[in-house]
Amino acid sequence: MFAFIVRRTTQAIFVMLIISLIGFTIKNKIGDPVRDMVGERVTPAEREELRDKLGLNDPFLIQYARFIKNAVRGDLGLSFFYKKPALKVILSKAPATIELVFVTTLILIFISLPIGIYTAIKPNNWFSKFTMGISTLGVSIPVFLTAILLIYLFAVELNWLPSYGRGATVNIWGWESGFLTLDGLKHLILPSIALASIMLPLFIRLIRSEMMEILETEYIKFAWAKGLHRRRVWFVHAFKNTLLPVITVFGVQIGIMFAFTILTETVFQWQGMGFMFLEAVERSDTSLLVAYLVVVGAIFVVVNTVVDIIYGMVNPTLRIAGRK
Amino acid sequence: MNQSLIRFKESYLLYNFKRDRVAIISFIILAFLILIGVLAPIISPYNPYDAMNIDIMNAETPPAWVEDGDRDFLLGTDIQGRDLLSTMIYGLRLSLIIGCGAVLLQALLGIMVGLVAGYRGGKIDSLLMRMADIQLSFPYLMVAIFISAIFQVAFGIGRFEQLAVPLLVIIIGLAEWPVYARTVRASVMREKSKEYVEAARVIGLSQRVIMVRHILPNTMTSVLVISTIQVANAIMSEAALSFLGLGMPVTKPSLGSLIRSGFEYIFSGSWWITFFPGFLLVLLVLVINLLGDWLRDVLNPKLYKG
Repeated sequence: MFAFIVRRTTQAIFVMLIISLIGFTIKNKIGDPVRDMVGERVTPAEREELRDKLGLNDPFLIQYARFIKNAVRGDLGLSFFYKKPALKVILSKAPATIELVFVTTLILIFISLPIGIYTAIKPNNWFSKFTMGISTLGVSIPVFLTAILLIYLFAVELNWLPSYGRGATVNIWGWESGFLTLDGLKHLILPSIALASIMLPLFIRLIRSEMMEILETEYIKFAWAKGLHRRRVWFVHAFKNTLLPVITVFGVQIGIMFAFTILTETVFQWQGMGFMFLEAVERSDTSLLVAYLVVVGAIFVVVNTVVDIIYGMVNPTLRIAGRK
Repeated sequence: MNQSLIRFKESYLLYNFKRDRVAIISFIILAFLILIGVLAPIISPYNPYDAMNIDIMNAETPPAWVEDGDRDFLLGTDIQGRDLLSTMIYGLRLSLIIGCGAVLLQALLGIMVGLVAGYRGGKIDSLLMRMADIQLSFPYLMVAIFISAIFQVAFGIGRFEQLAVPLLVIIIGLAEWPVYARTVRASVMREKSKEYVEAARVIGLSQRVIMVRHILPNTMTSVLVISTIQVANAIMSEAALSFLGLGMPVTKPSLGSLIRSGFEYIFSGSWWITFFPGFLLVLLVLVINLLGDWLRDVLNPKLYKG
């Protein structure tokens, strides 16, 4: 087990090195740190002097090592537009994205679990067939289109809910929260439904197929033969064993949700990390773009590694199969 | 030729197809859409790329059957005064070209990597597959968004818009090749130990001939199955990128960029600029997905659990 954790962690560090190398290359070849600091109105001679002072004329590898050293200390460079450390800008936008993802996850759990279990228990029921049909349609509708339709229906036509922004937020120890005001909660409804709509079909299908597979196993047949009450068989015997694979995929899928937040946040002008990223692209704010790449890359690597290690703890075949 | 036609007529695939109403309807719709895309310059009422045809005074005309509609513009016009139907037809053509191009590139990269990794095994296998695994641990949409953001900053927006079609093919191709690499590698590993491969090795054929002429054709079933779904994915990715402003420019809009430009005007009530391209996009992706599901069930039931 210890060896497995060490191997998995080394791999994670290796991946982070690759991501930082990509990030650094972008910054080095495309970005211009001198412009980030002083703007355009400086003579070439002064520029060159500043480049020397900043060590921008050093060999690539030395500069890369310096970049890593700073990154480990949490210094990912200055954002050209915000005139602030890039990491600080990202962290100030993070609460918005995290709250959106959190509410979406709640919606996902409370809708996909009951429906997934129901469609597995009664596969031939009209409701199950209807759900499976809808879920094929669901994966074919891009998330931004769902978002636009929701806005058109509930914000433009019916005028029930706000269409953009986060509304009123409350600042608790530097965390801008929209949970504590009615206005903030109202603003959360449409974005989280839109984001949930793209993930729901995947989850329902996943839970359904895992549950159906387990219902076919020998020990479930034995439970039936023992004459146990059907609720006990479904919810205690079958459901418990469905949870393990579902939880692992859940961990990975929440990472995927971060990718979709870029689209959702754009539609709803949600002031989160994804919205900030697109603004950074439009403004050619290379430092901020690279910082986002590194931060999001780190989130993914950590989530994947933790999920793998947990899975390795519960399922020994995985950590043994990886051994040479 | 004649013989292969007979073989096709008697095949299990066609037998199944004739008995599946969903598959037939999806196929007809898809064939129709592809035909429209191919024949776009002939059948579309106007040429949306020709500035002579565009009159800003016609901007935001609603569809013909709505009040204030113009009989000349069946589905209305967009914000620049282009006929929406023609723009959509050209957009469909672009989406199809980019989708198929990207899948070809993915398949090419992925098959090469998968073949070499699966057949050679050992160090090169673990290196290539580790690379694929690492990339797969990031969602493909994220990878595509990152690559196109980098390209856009590197090329500058003007150059990027000029080269948008080939660049998008490269972006989406690079973002999704590991799917192919994994699938092909898995089937190569299965085929490798079979007797016909041993026989080929015994008569002294070179490694490359064995890989390309003997093993590759036997991996094509699984390649075909994932290709259908991948085309749908690629079209979705293209639409998402264009919607974010990282794809096709407004002057040469794909379905995604049309939705983007329509979205800005939805608050003033111009719903059709978003609605019709959106509907066409969903229809296109849906029929490809349905066909892909059917193909997977028929050709390879085992692949279902992936």
